[in-house]
Formats: sequence, structure tokens, C-alpha cells
Amino acid sequence: MSRCLKLAAALAALAALVVTPVMAGGLGLGREATPDEIAAWDIDVRPDGAGLPEGSGNAYDGEEIYAEKCAVCHGDFGEGAGRWPVLAGGQGTLTSDRPVKTIGSYWPYLSTVWDYVHRAMPFGEAQSLDNDEVYAITAYLLYMNDVIDDDEFELSRDSFAEVEMPNAGGFFDDMRPDTPTLAQAEPCMRDCKPGPVTILMTAKALDVTPETDEGDEPEAAPSLDPALVEAGAKVFRKCKACHQVGENAQNKTGPSLNGIVGHAAGAVAGFTYSKALAAAGQDGLVWSAAELEAFLAKPKTYLKGTKMSFAGIRKEEERAAVIEYLRSFE
Amino acid sequence: MTERKSAPPDPSRRRLIRGALALGGAAAIPATARAAGDPAITELQPWMQYLGDGVDARPYGMPSEHEVDVVRRDVPWLTADPVSSVNFTPLHKLDGIITPNGLCFERHHGGVAEVDPAVHRLMINGLVDKPLVFTMEDIKRFPRVNRLYFLECAANSGMEWRGAQLNGCQFTHGMVHCVMYTGVPLRFLLEEAGLKPGAAWIMPEGADASAMTRSIPMEKALDDCLVAFAMNGEALRPEQGYPLRVVVPGWEGNMWVKWLRRIEVGDQPWHHREETSKYTDLMASGKARRFTWEMDIKSVITNPSPQAPITHGKGHTVLTGLAWSGRGTVDRVDVSLDGGRNWQSARIDGPSLPMALHRFYYEFDWDGAPLLLQSRAIDSAGHVQPTKKALRTARGENSIYHNNGIQTWHVLKTGEVENVEVS
Ligand code: HEC
Ligand code: HEC
Repeated sequence: MSRCLKLAAALAALAALVVTPVMAGGLGLGREATPDEIAAWDIDVRPDGAGLPEGSGNAYDGEEIYAEKCAVCHGDFGEGAGRWPVLAGGQGTLTSDRPVKTIGSYWPYLSTVWDYVHRAMPFGEAQSLDNDEVYAITAYLLYMNDVIDDDEFELSRDSFAEVEMPNAGGFFDDMRPDTPTLAQAEPCMRDCKPGPVTILMTAKALDVTPETDEGDEPEAAPSLDPALVEAGAKVFRKCKACHQVGENAQNKTGPSLNGIVGHAAGAVAGFTYSKALAAAGQDGLVWSAAELEAFLAKPKTYLKGTKMSFAGIRKEEERAAVIEYLRSFE
Repeated sequence: MTERKSAPPDPSRRRLIRGALALGGAAAIPATARAAGDPAITELQPWMQYLGDGVDARPYGMPSEHEVDVVRRDVPWLTADPVSSVNFTPLHKLDGIITPNGLCFERHHGGVAEVDPAVHRLMINGLVDKPLVFTMEDIKRFPRVNRLYFLECAANSGMEWRGAQLNGCQFTHGMVHCVMYTGVPLRFLLEEAGLKPGAAWIMPEGADASAMTRSIPMEKALDDCLVAFAMNGEALRPEQGYPLRVVVPGWEGNMWVKWLRRIEVGDQPWHHREETSKYTDLMASGKARRFTWEMDIKSVITNPSPQAPITHGKGHTVLTGLAWSGRGTVDRVDVSLDGGRNWQSARIDGPSLPMALHRFYYEFDWDGAPLLLQSRAIDSAGHVQPTKKALRTARGENSIYHNNGIQTWHVLKTGEVENVEVS
């Protein structure tokens, strides 16, 4: 930076140090919160148990509530359906290439589980669980993570402290800087590396950057490509949690997909569609290969309001394959 | 009504790039036309002949239709649902240090809360003399300040910890923005309620479907935190916490709780989900750092970059980028064209404010040979932006958060640019 620029920068910095107004005593603004108001909003729980309400629950009861209200996303065993968060397992993975951070493997405090489930879950229906239900689900999450092994252990304010979280000792406070500072060395400006620099890795090789241009959609092949159908069968595993195809295919979380390619959208008998998909079908949307391609890439962007809770298939080849697979169930 | 929309086009993508590059430096004039003169000059443009919209056509102005590709973008495979996800600021399309409100990246944990300010309340309770409730009107009666700060998500560049992943500074570095906040020093609100002895932490809480919470030490809360209701002169955008959010200068974005409805005062931290399960930095040892609040010195070259290739061919070239630090101002930015072997200092232009974005420029004569571009920033605390290697040596590859490593862009002969990692 030139001297003159430095000066300009210094002046700008000075100008920014404007005086913050000083406030002597209170201004008498706001009003006192009533005890009922505080009780309504003060829902937080701390590691020492402060904030835990009355009530109790055990894993046996928790399992049922979990199956009903949580398993759709987090999986029956906390394994996580699709890309939804994993809630169980992962013990012993924290030093591996792919650590799995769960309540059992990572969370240091039990209070956090209670607090979070109570304030934020089920996703999209927050604060709908009563205190006993939260205790029961929390106990079940512990049971699922092998933190407790008694499914009749009654979790409550009183028994809370008996539970030991496996990774309680796994945290320490910030200790930066842990990379060089000026105090250690002035950064090198000339010939800082021994020879010409080589490229070790490119993002292009991975090809995970979102494709945001349209118009390169593959045309559907006129007759079935057996290799592609086979590849598509593998991709369809991503859909199986919600869709069935083939003989005796039923409507599940999503409609049966027999004959869907070339079929009107939102028209499978006996399935209750979202308003968005039902309306799109009524407006004449037909699941051509091209429309499916766009829908499966990014369901929620393609059709705002769809209730298909699926992030999309990012690889073009996989989309083409699964469409080919669906075509084989005419 | 159903709404089916297609993603906005991104000129970074191959087809368009190829088109632009084919034209080379000569701009878009066919040779025949060139003899007769540039039709942009010799032909009358419709906008010179016919009248445009009147003043009643655009009560809230929008950018030119030619700027449609200047949009936030997301990475669909990142999360299960866009409602708990993130999108990215198009840094490669911006200049200066202010981010326009509609382009500030978004990260929500339960979607955008659409709060009615008439029924929005801020409660302060816990270790205070008198628990208080404020309406928005009450808050606007406190003395206000105006401050320019960057906000960076702790997970910005998090996808790059293990190596080059995404082609575009929007995706690698776009979880940062910088706006002018108008708000009330948090200290005034806390003093209004009166702090009790032992009050050492606060916990802001959001009014969204995730009821977001974080613990903030009292020292910071009393120092420079704000409760803001405006950004860049207008009310906060819904996706940025309308009508009220916390501003925690220089510290990780997750702490800047949006849709702020409550502040509890306590004598110890809460260790809630976003400071245990998330926003803790797992080291190679298997132990994790917690309370890693400050955002470290960081910079990135925004142009040229993968989404902003060089389209003019060789010759005079403007390189520009952004630098910022949660520990003060940025004192210097160095730029390398050869992958970090040799460095030259860039020119910082525009205001240099603590904990705000800084804009730097480096102009050079490109000879058309491939380049490996890097930028390295140094802050007023003496912290030097580290190489990715230095970071990985210190922390391993599982940290996710706080990746402030030096970014490398590979400029090809064609002017196209790729995200790479170098020796
Ligand atoms: C519709 C899908 C859905 C349902 C149903 C659901 N969750 Fe979640 N859950 C999520 C999402 C999404 C997140 C991550 C939210 C975020 O990004 O902040 C999450 C996060 C969690 C976490 C924190 C995970 C971590 O590692 O930080 C826990 C614990 C949890 N959910 C428990 C539950 C329980 C218990 C229920 C049932 C009462 C439930 N969830 C129901 C989607 C769901
Ligand atoms: C988490 C559950 C879930 C997953 C996983 C899922 N879907 Fe769906 N799908 C649904 C639901 C629910 C609907 C109905 C959407 C609506 O009404 O808006 C649907 C609708 C559809 C439709 C439109 C059907 C019609 O009759 O109009 C198609 C096609 C489809 N899904 C294909 C797929 C494919 C292919 C996959 C896998 C790559 C997949 N889905 C994965 C739940 C799912």
C-alpha cells in the first residue's frame, strides 16, 4: 500500500471510531415481564439441569413416540433416512476419515438433547411435545446410543445426573492462534517455494458444483437400455424409503411409481398429493423424461410446495438411469 | 397456484463460457460490421427512441434484467431439505465492500420466520434486577448506532477442508456478507434490566421454528454487540432476522441470532446444540475445540474465479478480491500469480473498518500463460492467513469450521478458471 493510501485508510478507520452514546442510568423503556410470560418463553435447559421441568419418561415409551414422530426422517434406528441427520452410532469414529457425530459419539451433555428436542423437534412441528414425551424420547435416544441399557430407566429431573455421556471429556477451549503470526515471522515474498508449483487436486475432478444452467437435458432413449436400467435400479434405492414399483406396488409415503414416465402428474389413485402437485397435474403436467429429469434434480425448486422430502439426485447420469429404470415398469 | 421455476442461469457454466471466450478480446463485433463501425454506436438503440417506465412503475426498484444471474445459489446435495440449509452470496458479481440486502447469504435451521413486528417482543430475563419486555417501538427509542460489519458463517469454506471441491468463489467463500447495521448497543438493553452479581453469560434466542440459541460471554455482550433492526438503511430482510437480530462483530455468524425474541442472563454457558453438536471443531486427535468464536483473517480473489473467467484475452487485467478479519482491520493483502512462490502487495481501496470486508485490487499485464492465483491477508492483530497445508497440519481434516486457508485459482490459457490445490 502506498503512503497516501495508508493515510486514507487510517483516516477512514478514525472516522469509524465515532463515539458510542453513553447512557446514564435506565431510560425507563420497556415494562416488567410477568412470571407467566417468563414461564412461557424460558424453556432452556443447562448442563447442571437448571430449567428441567417436572415429568418423566423411559425408553420403552419413548420408542413408540419416536417411531411415530421422528423415524420418518431420522430412521428407525437413528441411522438417518436419506440425508436427514443421523442420531445414533458413530462411537469410535471421531479420529477416522469420516467421523459420525451423534448423541452417543459426540454430544457432551445430556441437557442439550432434552433442550434441543423440546425446542426444535419434530422438525416443522417444534414445541409440540409435552414434557413427559420429551423425557421418554430423550431416554430412547440414550438407549439407541447404548448410553443406557435399561429401557425402563425413568428419566426425570431427579435421575438426570445419573447419566454419563460417553464423550463428556471430548472438548477443550479455543487455543488459536495455531498457525503462524507476524510475531513469529514476516511472511515470505520471494522464492517461497523451491521450484515451480504443481497442481495436486482440482475441484473439476470431483464434479459436485451445482449445475445451474439449463438446456443440456438428455433426450429419453427410444428403447430400453438394459445397462442403464440396471444402474437405475441401484439409484432407486434412494427412493425405496417412500416409493414402490413392480408387482403389488403400493402407495407408501410417496405414490406407487408404476408407469409414471409419460403419465399425468398427481394422478395415482388413492394417494393424497400436496396441493402443489395436484394442481400441477390438473394444469396438465405430464411426467415426460425431461420433466422428471428436472423434478428429480431438485424437487423443491422445480415444484414449490411438493411434499416429497427429497433433496434431489445431483448426478445427471443417475437421474437418467433412474428414469430409465422407471420406464421399465410401464 | 402452483409455481414451477427453473434455476436461474449461471454464466459460469460451460456453454456460455465457451461462447464468451470464443469472442476473445475483440468484443462482440462481427468483422463485417467492424468496418462500418460498431452497431452499438451506429444503430439507434430502442431505449434512446422510446420512452421508458414512469416513476410509478417500480415502487421498490430491482436490478436491471441483464443482471438476472446475480443471485444467491445453493448446493442441493448438502442437506436433506432447503428449509435447513444455506445459500451463497455471489461474491464474483459484487464490488466494493457492501453486500446488497437481497444477496446476503442465508442460513436457517427452520426456514425463514415471517414475523409480524406488531406482535414481536424482546424479553430479557434471568440474572437481572428486573426482567423486561420490549416492543419494537420501545427498542427504537434507545440511542442508536450505525456500524459496518461482515458476518461470516463458521462453516464458510467448510466443504474445502479435505481438498478442492466446488468451482466458484460463490460456493467456496460465499457464506459472508457485509452491511451497515443500525441498532441499539446490547449494553443499553442489559443495563436497562440491571445485571445481577454473577451475570457472566447471555443467551440470545430466536423466534423461528428452531428457536435458535447460543451462549455469548458477557464481556463481548457489553463490549460491541448490537441489537439491530436495520441493514443498509432499511429494515432487516426476513431472511436476515426481521424485525430484530443480534450483531456479534467479528464472531461466527451462527451467534448473530435472528428473529431475536429473548435474551437470558446467566452465570454459566448453556452448551446448547449449536455449541456442542455443531460449531465445535473436531481435531485429528478426536477431541474438539469449543467456543471458537472469532473469525480468523481470510481473503479470496473474487475475479478472476471459476464463475468469472477472463474473457478479454491477454493484456491489462484487473484482479480483485475481499479480505476480512474478526480480530480487527486488514492491514495488507499479498497476491501471488505463481501459486505462492512470489508475492506482491495488492492495493486496498475503500474504507478499512474493523471487522468489515476490505476490497483489494491488483492490476497486471496478463501474457496469456496459465496462472495460479492466490491471496494472503494480514490483520491488525498480526495474524497471517495460513496455507491450507498449515491448517491441516494444525487441525487435521475433520474440523469443518474455521477454514481460512489460502485459496488457489488456476487460470487456463483460455481464461477459464478452476479451483485447485497446489504443492
Ligand atoms: C421432517 C424431518 C424430521 C423429523 C420428523 C424430525 N427431525 Fe430431528 N432433525 C431434522 C433436521 C432437518 C435436523 C437438523 C436441523 C438443523 O439443521 O438445524 C434435525 C436434528 C435433530 C437432532 C440434532 C442432530 C445433531 O446431530 O445435531 C436431534 C437430536 C433430533 N433431530 C431429534 C429428533 C426427534 C427426537 C424427533 C421426533 C420427536 C425428530 N428429530 C423429528 C429433521 C427431522
Ligand atoms: C422421503 C420420501 C420420498 C423419497 C425418498 C422420494 N420420494 Fe418421490 N414422492 C414422495 C412424495 C410424498 C410424493 C408426492 C409429492 C406431492 O404430492 O407433492 C412423491 C412424488 C413423486 C413423483 C410424482 C408422482 C406423481 O404421481 O405425480 C415422482 C415421479 C417421484 N416422487 C419420484 C421419486 C424418485 C425417482 C425418487 C428417488 C430418486 C423419489 N421420488 C424419492 C416421497 C418421496
